[in-house]
Order: sequence, then structure tokens, then C-alpha cells
Amino acid sequence: MSDQSVLYDVPGPRAVRRQRIGTALALLFIAGLLGVAVQRLASRGQFDAELWEPWINPGSDDFAQVWELVGKGALATGIAAVLAITFSLVVGVLLGVTRMMTGRIGRIPVVAFIELFRGLPVVITIVFVWRAMVELGVPVDVLPGEDALWYLVIGLTLYNSVIVAEILRAGVASLPSGQGEAGRAVGMTEGQVMRAILLPQAFRTMLPALISQLVVVLKDTSLAAVIGLGYLELLRRGNQISQVLDNPIQSLSIVGSLFILINYALSRLAVYLERRLSSSSYSSPDPATAGITLESQSRGGGPGGL
Amino acid sequence: MEPVIDNLDLYWSGFLTSLEFIVYSLVGSMLLGTLIAAFRVSPIAALRSFGSAYVTVVRNCPLTIVLFFMAFGLPELGINYSFFTFGIVGLVIYTSAFVCEALRSGINAVPAGQAEAARAIGLTFSQTMREVVLPQAFRSAVPPLGSVQIAMFKNSAVAGAFGIGGDLYSVGRTLTSARGFEYIPVLTGVAIGYLVITLSAGAALAVIERKVAIAR
Repeated sequence: MSDQSVLYDVPGPRAVRRQRIGTALALLFIAGLLGVAVQRLASRGQFDAELWEPWINPGSDDFAQVWELVGKGALATGIAAVLAITFSLVVGVLLGVTRMMTGRIGRIPVVAFIELFRGLPVVITIVFVWRAMVELGVPVDVLPGEDALWYLVIGLTLYNSVIVAEILRAGVASLPSGQGEAGRAVGMTEGQVMRAILLPQAFRTMLPALISQLVVVLKDTSLAAVIGLGYLELLRRGNQISQVLDNPIQSLSIVGSLFILINYALSRLAVYLERRLSSSSYSSPDPATAGITLESQSRGGGPGGL
Repeated sequence: MEPVIDNLDLYWSGFLTSLEFIVYSLVGSMLLGTLIAAFRVSPIAALRSFGSAYVTVVRNCPLTIVLFFMAFGLPELGINYSFFTFGIVGLVIYTSAFVCEALRSGINAVPAGQAEAARAIGLTFSQTMREVVLPQAFRSAVPPLGSVQIAMFKNSAVAGAFGIGGDLYSVGRTLTSARGFEYIPVLTGVAIGYLVITLSAGAALAVIERKVAIAR
């Protein structure tokens, strides 16, 4: 029922009149909300040029420096997110395959690991990884880059690899059972069936879900700014700038818009891929709900949807 | 594990504060999310656009930025509440976008023939929604709604990291920085507190899902 119009008839003259009144009221309501916000912002001088200038006027003294810092922050966010999603993919596939291929008993540690990190808030996982590794003296400095980057990446990987494992499992479970049966019938081993038949098909359906997960990871890198981990990603940079310039509303709006733009582009890409892939395969989920179906397939502890 | 066992009362009160925070956010996000979902399926185009703009913006914005805005932006406008209240409002705004999408996916899961049949026997839009579509939509929305809310329970820790005060996260902070206990045992205690909440909610959700499941 992706088409809304199925819910109501083509409006007749009376319904058209009602809808016009409704539209007028709705516009009044929206204008009212905006009006209150704008009036409040204006009365507190939040539209003053000096608060916005460092961000939008290239002639301003701070403009170049502000955007350079934001660029550095965006790069740091990107590096952390790409590392985290890559490691999550590798670890997640290992976890997922191990879970699917081991017996009832052998599976227990993997399932426990998955349930543990899926149930923990990712912010707690990151803090734990950071503090525990420092306390135990784990030599993170042998890795390239800052220590803080690795605490963040490892924390994010622990959480997201579990999600990837669940996405993979849902992908394999959604394949028709004839696929595996046919493989076994021609004498393939379980390992061959998994490697040659199930995984390649599951990966195809996983791609959109992975991109949606990248959005979650990008958002979660900003947790570093909340827990005081000294990793200078985008939000942390934006917050520093806002403290120097004393313009939290303006700085946070701009940094927030950057996040929203990048994530929106990625979400559209995920929807587009999902539509393309599903139109050419045996199962064609309703594209309007596709993103949500994928999320709910791997539910329970709740995937990284938020 | 001594720091945990010696401070069980502190952990308990932190656990209760976290629960209180979660309950307020749960109720608030369900109400706001339902309202936005109603906007998104309404016959009035202006409301539909408003709903989808809200969802697009909020869903793509990190929760941390919403909370920063609450904590640092709103005081600039002369709006000052406790961090506890700010935390709830921020989490409600953020979660409601996901609640809206979960509800909408439930409505989309109702076969078109149901609404068509309702219209064919002459039910009005509101009757169609109330009597035919929504009761079925609600059932299929339960699993995604459940996982959205469990994710919100976990996100309450982000608000906790912000300093809503007295919750599980801040218990961890008090014990480690103010009282100098080691991080590993203290944070293990905090983690167990959150696991109790999320794992039992997950188990409860599984039971509810079985009860309301419909074969389709």
C-alpha cells in the first residue's frame, strides 16, 4: 500500500473544500511554529551578522580557518567511519558465518558475543574499550594514527560487526531453501554451499543495508565528542569553534546540516541500490518499506537503526 | 568487582533514574511519533510535506547534535531547563522520527485491497483508517516499533553521558573520577545495568510479537 491515494477517493467538491480548509489550517500551524522560532531567534539577536559571518562571509577574518578546521573534522569523521565499517564487515561476516555453520553447542560463544554487544549501548562499549585498554596498557600506539581514533574504531566495530552478522544471517535466511538443497544434492560440502551459493547471493541483498549502517556509523563517530575522548572529529571541531566564536546555535546548525546532507545522500543511495537490486531478483520487497523491512529483519535487541 | 558490590545502592538508584528517564522518553516519543505519522498519511499535502521534512532532517542528524543543541543552543534563546528535561526532549524529538517510520511501515504493510474494500462499501477516510487499516497496521508495526524503542533505551546512555545526572552512566563517572575506583569493574557494573534493561526488553518484545503476529 505504498500508494497513499488508496486510502481515500478522488475528492469530490465537498471534500475538496474540506481539504482546502485543512490545508489553510495546516499552513497556519506550520507558519506559526516557524514564526515563534524566528521571533525568538531574532529577539535574542541570533540573526546578527557577526554570529554568522565567520561561517558564511569569505571576507571574514575567521572564515578560512573555520572551514579548514571543519574540513579536518570531516576528514577525521570519515576516516573513523570508513575504518569502522570495513572492520565491521570483516568481523561481522566471520561472526555470521561461524554462527550459521557451527553446531548447537559450538555456536554458544558466538551467540553470547552477539547478544552482549547488541544489547550494550554503543556509547558504553566505546567508553569501556577506551578505559579498559588504557587501564590494561594495551599498546595501541603500534597502530598508525592517534590512540583515540583506535579506541573509537574498535568500540564502533564491536557494535557494528554484530549488526553486520545479523544482516548477513537475515540475508541468508531470506534465500529460498532450494538454493542450499540443490548445492547439497550435487554433492557440495556445507562449506562449499555457504561459500559458493549462499554468501554471494546474501551479499547482494546486504549492500543497501550496509550503506544504511554506514549512516549509523557516521552518526555514532560523534559520540567521541560526548564522552570526552580526545578525537577531533566533526562535532568536536564544531563545538570548539562555537566556544571560540561564542555562537553555538550557528555553529551547531552548520555542522548539523553537514551531517544531514552527507547522511541523506547515503540514505538515498541505499534506497536506489535496494530498488535496483530487488527489481532484478526473485524477491521484490515493496521499495517504499524496503529500508524498514531490512531493519526489522534483524530485530530483537534492535539493530543500529537509530 | 569490589567497587560494584560496595556501591550496589548507588547502582540501584542509577538504574531507577535511567528507567524513569526511559519511561518518559518512551511515552513522549510514541505520542509525537504517532502525530508525525498521522501527518505523513493525511490527505492534506502541506502536512505530508511537513512530516517528511521532519523525518528526513531528524533521522539523518546524529542524536549527539540534537543534544548539543538542547544543552548549548536553547540557553542562548533564554530557554533553560534541567539537563534531565533537555535529555528527554532531545531523545523524544530524535526517536519520534523513527517511531513515525515504523508506524508508516505498518500502514504500508496492510494490503491495498483492505482499504479498497472499505471504500467500496462506502466508509469515509476516517472510518477506513479507524476500523480497517489502523488495527491491522498496528499489529505489523509492533516488531519495528519494538526495535526502535529498544534502540532508544540504549540511546538514553548518550543522554546519560551528557550529564542528565544520577543515572547509570553518571554512577560510573562518579565512582571512577570522584572516588578513584578502577574503570574496568565500575564500567562492567554499568554495562550489566544496561544489559538488564535491553535484554529483558528484547525478551518482552519477543513475547508481544508472538501474541500479535498475524499470518499474511
